[in-house]
Amino acid sequence: MAQTLLQVEDLHTQFFTRRGVVRAVDGVSLHIDAGETLGVVGESGCGKTMTALSVLRLVPDPGRITSGRILFRGRDVTKMTDDEIRDFRGNDVAMIFQDPMTSLNPVTKIGSQIEEAMTAHKRFSPQEAGVRVIQLLKRVRVPAAERRVSDYPHQFSGGMRQRAMIAMGLANEPSLLIADEPTTALDVTVQAQIIDLLKQLNRELGTAMMLITHNMALVASLCERVVVMYAGRVVEEGPVERIFKSPQHPYTWSLLRSVPRVDELRKDRLVSIKGLPPDLSNAPPGCKFHPRCPFVIDRCKREEPELAEVAPNQVARCWVLMRNVPEEAAEVTKQVVISEEAAKKLQEIPGAGS
Amino acid sequence: MALPAATIEQLGQWEVPEQQIGLWSDALQRFRRNRLAIAGAAVVLLLVLIAFGSPLLVQLHLIADPLKQHVEFIEAAPGQNGYAFGADELGRDTLSRLLFGSRVSLAVGIFVQAIILPIGLAIGLTAGYFGGRIDNLLMRFTDIWYAFPDLLFVLVVVSVFGPSLLTIFGAIALVNWVGLARLVRGQVLSIKEKEFIEAARSSGSAPAKLILKHLLPNSLGPIIVTLTFGIPQAIFLEAVLSFLGVGIQPPTPTWGQMVFDGYENIYANPTSVVFPALAIGFTLLAFSFVGDGLRDALDPRMKR
Amino acid sequence: MAVTAGRPTRGALLPSQLSAITSTRTGSLAIFIVRRILWMAPILFFVILITFTLMHLAPGSPWDKAGGRQLSDTVINNLNIRYGLNKPVTQQFVLYLWSVIHFDFGLSYQYQNKTVSGLLLESWPYTATIGVLAFLLIIPVGVGLGVLAALRQNTRIDYITMGFATVAASFPNFVIGALMVVVFGVLSYRATGGNFFLPTAGFALDDHLIMPVLTLALLPIAYTARLTRASTLEAIRQDFVRTAWAKGLPERLVVTRHVLKNSLIPVVTTLGPTFAFLVTGSVIVETVFSIPGIGRAFVVAIESRDYPMILGTTVLFSLVIAVANLVVDVAYVFIDPRVRLT
Repeated sequence: MAQTLLQVEDLHTQFFTRRGVVRAVDGVSLHIDAGETLGVVGESGCGKTMTALSVLRLVPDPGRITSGRILFRGRDVTKMTDDEIRDFRGNDVAMIFQDPMTSLNPVTKIGSQIEEAMTAHKRFSPQEAGVRVIQLLKRVRVPAAERRVSDYPHQFSGGMRQRAMIAMGLANEPSLLIADEPTTALDVTVQAQIIDLLKQLNRELGTAMMLITHNMALVASLCERVVVMYAGRVVEEGPVERIFKSPQHPYTWSLLRSVPRVDELRKDRLVSIKGLPPDLSNAPPGCKFHPRCPFVIDRCKREEPELAEVAPNQVARCWVLMRNVPEEAAEVTKQVVISEEAAKKLQEIPGAGS
Repeated sequence: MALPAATIEQLGQWEVPEQQIGLWSDALQRFRRNRLAIAGAAVVLLLVLIAFGSPLLVQLHLIADPLKQHVEFIEAAPGQNGYAFGADELGRDTLSRLLFGSRVSLAVGIFVQAIILPIGLAIGLTAGYFGGRIDNLLMRFTDIWYAFPDLLFVLVVVSVFGPSLLTIFGAIALVNWVGLARLVRGQVLSIKEKEFIEAARSSGSAPAKLILKHLLPNSLGPIIVTLTFGIPQAIFLEAVLSFLGVGIQPPTPTWGQMVFDGYENIYANPTSVVFPALAIGFTLLAFSFVGDGLRDALDPRMKR
Repeated sequence: MAVTAGRPTRGALLPSQLSAITSTRTGSLAIFIVRRILWMAPILFFVILITFTLMHLAPGSPWDKAGGRQLSDTVINNLNIRYGLNKPVTQQFVLYLWSVIHFDFGLSYQYQNKTVSGLLLESWPYTATIGVLAFLLIIPVGVGLGVLAALRQNTRIDYITMGFATVAASFPNFVIGALMVVVFGVLSYRATGGNFFLPTAGFALDDHLIMPVLTLALLPIAYTARLTRASTLEAIRQDFVRTAWAKGLPERLVVTRHVLKNSLIPVVTTLGPTFAFLVTGSVIVETVFSIPGIGRAFVVAIESRDYPMILGTTVLFSLVIAVANLVVDVAYVFIDPRVRLT
């Protein structure tokens, strides 16, 4: 039986701004087992990054984790002391960020930045770290690693910078690697390389991965399970094949319908979900997705659904559920409008049509 | 007002609104919220009132004539003989000299900026518009100008041509125009890069008018801020000149002069130094608050 | 090309070697330095030219300005010959340039047997002492206060230090100097019936130095503190600082190696103007505190229309400032690896 590495229980992370309290993470629960790859998807602002930052207790001001538990191998991260959390970060759990250009210190050599991750945790001596840095860079397939170690970030290309960040994340052999949109800031061709690299590393090292993205295609190629978030909550969760084949939540369904399919002959235009994400300081009553949902019924406007099991290992937070939607209604293509940002990103996937 | 969800991801980062529409009313609002800026603006307003009103006050016999010397009251301490702030070494009323001193300070501040504006605009526009060698030449020229220590240049000019009003204003303007010129040049260059200029040029028309049309709204803000900061710089230089004895000459009272005169008798009558010194300091402080406030209010990248 | 086993012949600077020099950062650095030094020459030339021209535009002759002296024609003639004023202006200029290169700035008008260089040599130690002390005070205090305020943003420390900095930045040198004299000189004199708390005039290597140095340094400290604070606040917000935290680095390392290493870079660029400010500030401070340095000599020269002295001092000051700017620019190249040297 796989060991549970990370268990997030009913996490609430809120931002106390002048305009009100923003409920960025509003009761999220998820888990990752050792060696598993979990995808966390949703639009910008759905709380996926904040969830990840909460795991490392890196929530920026004016945000705070207000309630919930984050158990890593049984220890509650939210209750750790400063020393414990320092030991935890970059060691048990590592995180790599979206934009490698701004996420790396521009005036320090890349080698030093990776080495300091190792020496700070006293797991390697400075000499050992110096040797290991080159090995790490080689492992993430940075060419001429010996020379590159003394380079500065601006001397690396975008793809190489991201590899360096991955090397930095893996330096201390963490059990879990959280990757926040690792390919979004990169060229399409480079994206494919990074995806390959991550797959390979997952196979070789057995590192568990939490992959945060709004790119469904990325999830399809890398992840075993996926969690779909909307407005700070989990709205659907399940194994990747199941979710892709029969998504039950209308939001998931819309996300997937926006992926151009080359295997089916469809004449549709790219569909998009109409409307805007909700204001998280002032959310609508009932189901948070109901203003944009094409299949909304009365109950949705009044009562918020709980996460219910809709199939073995699959849960969804919906009163309607896609399997109850008659086929003709599901074929409606005109009403559904996706956010432009997601549609644009999807078009950049290799092999995508327009 | 609703806080869009996308903002959460950007919390702690700058927001960049793209439209200029509403910039002014927005700026006014932001300025008003800045208490220091409001305090500064109040002081500036007070100064303006004093500057314009003091001759009137003399006419109405509310304050003494600053030029009149009462030899019997030399070095009177504050409060003595009806002199609210005391009298200076020639028996002149310190209070009224203080009030009249504001006229010179404000005049210097404003007139110098009035001289700088056309010079800076002309050079900046020329350098930016024509680019190439002319730009290079002008920029080298400004580099040279920049290398000249400002105080020294002004002192030299004043010593050569005598401390007349024109010389002083001119000299101060000459050391401070570089900033405005560079700013204008930068603005012109960035507008030139925009696409609609390319379009105009490719269709054969000279984009001069187009550039000018877009220059004004974009650079008005930074120009105003630069000029506002230039006022205390100018006042400062004039005050230093007066303090060194080569500023605007007596009998016109200036604050720097008052510090200079008073300094010689600082042990006997320290207030004759303290009051004008504080006047200079607070005036400059007020203008910098206003300048800071304007800059923050007009900066499109300001964080809330 | 005589290259055997990869080694070029001795003494030959082959084209490939030249490009090898420029392709390394040290090589480009050397060229950069040389170019900047060469660039200083025309600037100084123009400074001299402008000042010289201004001198000679002055109405009247230098001799009738000097305190009401009625000099006979022969004396004036002799003086003119002595000072080379009977030659055509352009020739005077060239001669002047030539002598400047030899550090000879001519004879002073007011002290008729002293050379300008002599006068400058006499006075520079005083100016230098106060200037250096002020500089040594500005960096740690200014940067320290700025960093402190940034790390404790929006606390009382922040408000107090920045409040002080704003006020200090707006009050001119002489105002601060005069006020200090009043407080520490006059008031303490009156309060203690005859004792000065701090000496208010003259130069000596003791507490005579306190007020002049403080007066000179106050404004740059304030300015540096504000800039450091702003720059540090900006650096703290950067993504790479978040990465540093995510790596589990202790606060000490995050602040020094990541925040400060980046935030202090813009502060270095202000060292040049700070230095220039110290130079011009010396004029004021030395006048206020009666210190016999170059600044005060300059003011005296202005008052007595001693043109060679004015010219010489201006050239010296400009040279010093130019060199300081050069040093700062070069230092900047060292500390910021992103700077390109082309």
